[in-house]
Amino acid sequence: MNYDFDVIARSWEYLFKEGMTFTLTLTALSMVGGVVLGTALALMRLSSIKPLSAFAGAYVNLMRSLPLVLVIFWFFFLVPWLGAWVLGSKDPIKVGAFASALITFTLFEAAFFCEIMRAGIQSIPSGQISAAYAIGLNYRQAMSFVVLPQAFRNMLPVLLTQSIILFQDTSLVYVISSTDFLGAASKVANRDSRLLEMYTFAALVYFVICSLASWGVRRLQARTAIIR
Amino acid sequence: MKYNWDWHIFAELEPGASGTYLAYLIGGLGWTVVTALLAWTLALALGVLVGTLRTLGKPAIEKACLAYTELFRNIPLLVQMFLWYFVFPELLPQAWGDAIKQMPPPWSSLVPAVLCLGLFMSVRVAEQVRSGIQALPRGQRMAGLSVGLTTWQTYRYVLLPMVFRIILPPLTSEFLNTIKNTSLALTIGLMELTGRARAMQEFSFHVFEAFAAATLIYLLVNLCVVLAMRRLENHLRLPGYIGSASNAPQAGH
Repeated sequence: MNYDFDVIARSWEYLFKEGMTFTLTLTALSMVGGVVLGTALALMRLSSIKPLSAFAGAYVNLMRSLPLVLVIFWFFFLVPWLGAWVLGSKDPIKVGAFASALITFTLFEAAFFCEIMRAGIQSIPSGQISAAYAIGLNYRQAMSFVVLPQAFRNMLPVLLTQSIILFQDTSLVYVISSTDFLGAASKVANRDSRLLEMYTFAALVYFVICSLASWGVRRLQARTAIIR
Repeated sequence: MKYNWDWHIFAELEPGASGTYLAYLIGGLGWTVVTALLAWTLALALGVLVGTLRTLGKPAIEKACLAYTELFRNIPLLVQMFLWYFVFPELLPQAWGDAIKQMPPPWSSLVPAVLCLGLFMSVRVAEQVRSGIQALPRGQRMAGLSVGLTTWQTYRYVLLPMVFRIILPPLTSEFLNTIKNTSLALTIGLMELTGRARAMQEFSFHVFEAFAAATLIYLLVNLCVVLAMRRLENHLRLPGYIGSASNAPQAGH
């Protein structure tokens, strides 16, 4: 067996300029979308309006019971039909792999971010909400000025850890043949028949990025921990 | 715009002519369950070992176990799957590697999938076991040692029996994760439930019926596991402990 690690040098630009950019953009956008939607879902889940909390609960439980691969397939085929339905067009519209993946990850991760934010909101003593109402804030103000900022701060390490997992999960867009980092590595690997070198290299890159990121989260956790 | 719903598709024969599409999907569920159970057995065995070793207070062993944890945690599961399937046989002595590659399907993808999932999930189990042991009152270990038990006996008869009963709820959700994660094995050619739903969609063009059926089956499996484990949890709950040890939110799936 002869190894050829030169293949990495040859495909370096393609791997990072195309693949890693796709991966990082997808991670960043779906993290922001997921946190926003997840927070909204958490507020719905904790709401006293029954249909709202029932809907959010059902949504979160559904997403959490299904494998991500299946959800990716669902949206890959469903989004063109939904788009056509919304736009009133006759045929399924064309949706690129990136848009499809972005919608999937935002909607899927929102369920996980929702559970984290729900725990964050519930970690705020209820006296604070009473106090907010007592000084005349309404629901929106009480949430956005009193409860949510503290919930975010408490949950920041968990939110970031979940985002690292999201970063790892974006590799699953491989199943819809997207060119994310792993997709790019796999395309080069198959083109040059260098599976061993490329997959080992991909594993190494993911390992380094994720280790650095989780080390960063641990440091942040130590610095932002509120001493009670 | 109109999608042609046709639920009768499930009664039609699949192209491999092994039976109807419905039977085809249920056969896929069988492989999902087999893979998940094998991987879970491996994950429990390794997870309990590594989780226990991390609480022994021996710096060298703890470092090694931490490295093990970090290794499997910081590489995406899909990449690990490829490593086990494409790279691992190449690193073995030639004869062994060839033996693995020449196994008849589905074993050629089932074995790497089980190894991959088992080791990946073992890290999660190890974390639960470690935090479970550390959550026990210190006095339990001391009491065990002071009545003359060896360290091994203290773990075997005092600490671990308590820990298993405390960490049963989080282990249930890790088991559910194992079932869900088996779907990644479709990338290395294991025709489990998701893989078969995808194949059915390619053969019959009935996308949404195929995925709806797979979704329903996953939900049913989930429900069965949750109900069964809840009965077991009620049966094994430790008197004097409030509910589960892990109501704290955790990242992951």
